[in-house]
Amino acid sequence: MDTLNIKINGRDYTVPTGLTVLEACRYAGVEIPTLCYLKDINEIGACRLCLTEVKGARGMVAACVYPVDRDGMEIVTNSTKIQEARKTNLKLLLSNHDKKCLSCVRSGRCELQKLCNDYGVDTVDAYKGAMNQYEIDDSAPHMIRDNNKCILCRRCVAVCEKNQSVAVLGANERGFNTHIGCAFDQDLWEVPCVACGQCTAVCPTGALYERDETDKVWAALEDPTKHVVVNPAPSIRATLGECFGMPIGTNVKGKLVAALHRLGFDGVYDTDVGADLTILEEANEFIERVQNGGKLPIITSCSPGWIKFCEHNFPDFLDNLSTCKSPQQMFGAVVKTWYAEKNGLDPKDIVVVSIMPCTAKKFERSRDGQSAAGVPDVDVALTTRELARMIERAGIDFVNLADEEFDAPLGITTGAAAIFGATGGVMEAALRTAVETLTGKELESVDFKEVRGTQGIKEATYNVAGLEVKAAVASGLANARELLNRIRRGEANYHIVEIMACPGGCVNGGGQPIQPANVRNFTDLKAIRAKALYEEDANLPLRKSHDSPVIKVLYDEYFGKPGSHKAHEVLHTHYQPRETYGKDR
Amino acid sequence: MIDNQDFNNVALKDTPFYKAQERVVLRNCGVIDPESIEEYIAMDGYAALGKVLTQMTPDDVIKCVSDSGLRGRGGGGFPTGRKWSLCAPVQAPQKYVVCNADEGDPGAFMDRSVLEGDPHCVIEGMAICGYAIGATKGFVYVRAEYPIAVKRLQIAIDKAREMGLLGKNIFGSGFDFDMEIRLGAGAFVCGEETALMTSIEGKRGEPRPRPPYPAIKGLYGCPTTENNVETFANVAQIILRGAEWFASKGTEKSKGTKVFALGGKIKNTGLVEIPMGTTLREIIENIGGGIPNGKKFKAAQTGGPSGGCIPAEKMDVPIDYDNLTAIGAMMGSGGLIVMDEDNCMVDIAKFFLGFTVDESCGKCTPCRVGTRRMLEILEKITAGNGEMSDLEELEKLAEYIKANSLCGLGQTAPNPVLSTIKNFREEYIAHIVDKKCPAGVCKNLLRYVIDPEKCKSCGMCKRACPADAISGERGVPYSIDPEKCVKCGACYATCKFGAISKQ
Repeated sequence: MDTLNIKINGRDYTVPTGLTVLEACRYAGVEIPTLCYLKDINEIGACRLCLTEVKGARGMVAACVYPVDRDGMEIVTNSTKIQEARKTNLKLLLSNHDKKCLSCVRSGRCELQKLCNDYGVDTVDAYKGAMNQYEIDDSAPHMIRDNNKCILCRRCVAVCEKNQSVAVLGANERGFNTHIGCAFDQDLWEVPCVACGQCTAVCPTGALYERDETDKVWAALEDPTKHVVVNPAPSIRATLGECFGMPIGTNVKGKLVAALHRLGFDGVYDTDVGADLTILEEANEFIERVQNGGKLPIITSCSPGWIKFCEHNFPDFLDNLSTCKSPQQMFGAVVKTWYAEKNGLDPKDIVVVSIMPCTAKKFERSRDGQSAAGVPDVDVALTTRELARMIERAGIDFVNLADEEFDAPLGITTGAAAIFGATGGVMEAALRTAVETLTGKELESVDFKEVRGTQGIKEATYNVAGLEVKAAVASGLANARELLNRIRRGEANYHIVEIMACPGGCVNGGGQPIQPANVRNFTDLKAIRAKALYEEDANLPLRKSHDSPVIKVLYDEYFGKPGSHKAHEVLHTHYQPRETYGKDR
Repeated sequence: MIDNQDFNNVALKDTPFYKAQERVVLRNCGVIDPESIEEYIAMDGYAALGKVLTQMTPDDVIKCVSDSGLRGRGGGGFPTGRKWSLCAPVQAPQKYVVCNADEGDPGAFMDRSVLEGDPHCVIEGMAICGYAIGATKGFVYVRAEYPIAVKRLQIAIDKAREMGLLGKNIFGSGFDFDMEIRLGAGAFVCGEETALMTSIEGKRGEPRPRPPYPAIKGLYGCPTTENNVETFANVAQIILRGAEWFASKGTEKSKGTKVFALGGKIKNTGLVEIPMGTTLREIIENIGGGIPNGKKFKAAQTGGPSGGCIPAEKMDVPIDYDNLTAIGAMMGSGGLIVMDEDNCMVDIAKFFLGFTVDESCGKCTPCRVGTRRMLEILEKITAGNGEMSDLEELEKLAEYIKANSLCGLGQTAPNPVLSTIKNFREEYIAHIVDKKCPAGVCKNLLRYVIDPEKCKSCGMCKRACPADAISGERGVPYSIDPEKCVKCGACYATCKFGAISKQ
């Protein structure tokens, strides 16, 4: 039987087999509140908020894990008994929660706060009693951990372990003293955290959040001695609208630029220029390695979370990594060298602010080998969420802004750069350039659809000028681990591999707008957001990085050709092995 | 076949403590050398496994165990035959038998005694179970705090393997079965079956939601049957002596015997094995020899921190799974703690709840936070700061935690509180309204007072007092300053004239 006839709150429904009570109710348009549940990765029935009554079952059942496995099942989701139980649960959670909602970064978007509001539970209703007090862990450059707000839903533990195979977060101690932390309660930056920030994107409360660096930007914008330029990453235009209530997958490029202009930046440019430049350098590096017997597969280096993961866990693959800086860093390096010279600016007086989908970019900008002009290539890396807060604080009516264009010259970009924000995008962009360079002929179609899509690992083979080029794309570090282990064991070999730390790529980055679990569980965020980028690509006049006029100027005026000595000085970097648990990190 | 039942009875007949007992599970404990497989074999050891492998089908075995009426001795009382029959038909390349030897109730040591005294009977029971459900691998999860049990069990496993009673092709039947020991670090929650399996897998010992039940998806995701030590220890005897023999003992729905760890305010403490249906009075008055020091029996706690108390008026209820549940206690794994008039029932509830608060794994909200809040209310009441609304809140929270916790630990944690409120509500009220602890246990609610009539002014109490709270001089009765008194009881213990009393 493919369907089951069940009753939900007294009404008849026919639902597919194989659903949980939560899914069946969702199917029937009935929402059941949850705090711990994350589909596929955190089905642990721990928060006990989704309790529902199922006729015949002993006591109430956790809807998130209880199967709808029989015809005629009768489910009740909203009796006063259930409501009372949920209220008691919320009062218990609040009794060990710091309740400092007014200043909390998640206020208004906090899942606990919303449930308390829905169920009429106020802070004064919380049970009285002891509260755990924790020191705030601000050891990491990219995020803050405040266990005083943690409700132990363990979503962070699940994404870190299951999606990312990083597994630096877990439960320590037990009972009332249970708290989320690293092994032996070390600080986050003492363990092999890769800074991907996926934990911050799934936290229902304000316990995990990006390190807010907006104050640095406000200060720079007001400083008359500083020339402040901003560059948003390819994926920001596909996600920022969500922070202002716009539908998921809306491309807000024009409004984004308009908002950045209104914030007062001296130059509003596009990280896509950095992406185009990355493609030129990386395609060249790939071709050189193929032609000169260099280390293969070449593995992309745009994702700083992936880079740190590789340094910790796969140091034997460091020589496979492309030496190309990421688009953010290439952009910053170009601004502080070519742009500074061209505009007669001292690099010290330029502040490069990047808007990133990523918390690891905060770490990347402080790495060694990321200071082409003797000063850091990038000064501040904000996440999408921080930019949204700046726009809100500045009182900009984002939704009603008229579209504006990026400033010249670092605002003219290609479709190849646009798709960097989705898994497979860098591969496709690189192939567009590499194939044309190797064959010397123009591609009939620039679409490499085999590497698109949200699957964790994708493989494709392309015949390029007689060479069977084997490509693989992985997103999410657990998938990356799987792919690299296959290569390590000799079960697979490729010429070129793209790896993004976050599942689905940058559109689903750790710094992207937070969608509550009830949206996240039932919406393929990464696919919908990625669609906006592929549409942008399809509609742009230029779709290959090497066709970009800006890129041509940069090489003509400054770098000479891809892989030149100058290009290496400015646009390339190096990596270092890091221990997993030890001193040398 | 040697009838060792008779053998035991002959040896122990004259000891009053053993007289009323019937030893099935403990039949070999203290009788054979647990490190000698030959001695076990001499007591019909492995005869049941031989019978099963050569004369019975797996279905026959399950039917025999089902017909015997054996129920899980770990506390839940789930019918063992039914448990096996749920796992047997599940098709899977690997299935497991798990023995739960994570005995954690305070004061309980039934499983420990079996593992230390007769480890082979557990191995044999597990192998029979393996044959019945189609599993080839077993794990015994035993707490590391039982080093002798672990050592003897390992010797037993090694010897059984040497003799071909574990390993490949046992008795030439084509049946393979082997087992390993897994040590637990002593977390009480790991006695919960799903937490135990999670712990065997090397993860933090935490329960997971059911369904899926272990029979379908258990250890390492494979179909698994888990039983307690005492359950497995019954199996070989049931096979050898027949289901009817076992079913002839006990009550209608609880067959066989049960081992209890008798402790507390009782003259004879230790393990007692009695047929189901024996009354508490029989255990306490006859086997236990009554309450020492002429004190009055007040209540007995069964089921440890998950159980409840049985008050004096329920002493004649025959002990079985269903009766104990009906009177608000539970069988549990066999802890039986006797309390007399000097025990404060609010304090007892606080003790057991404190245990579960410490042992909660912290995964689900009701148990992690709820039990702690309950404990705080109990602390408030025993400190003399309780209000009647606290009692209401306590009951409400207890019912909530019982109904909504993830696993058995949380679902039963409020039981000691609920059963003491049910049976001894007046004691709670005395603490809350009169600010008195009738049993004189709760320090904040009692005062030590010197009776001037009885005081001989000897000064012993003053010398014993660590807080310098007693004053007086020769010829004048001494007195205690309640402001300074720390209620340690040193004066009370020192006074030879009974002049000091607790009020």
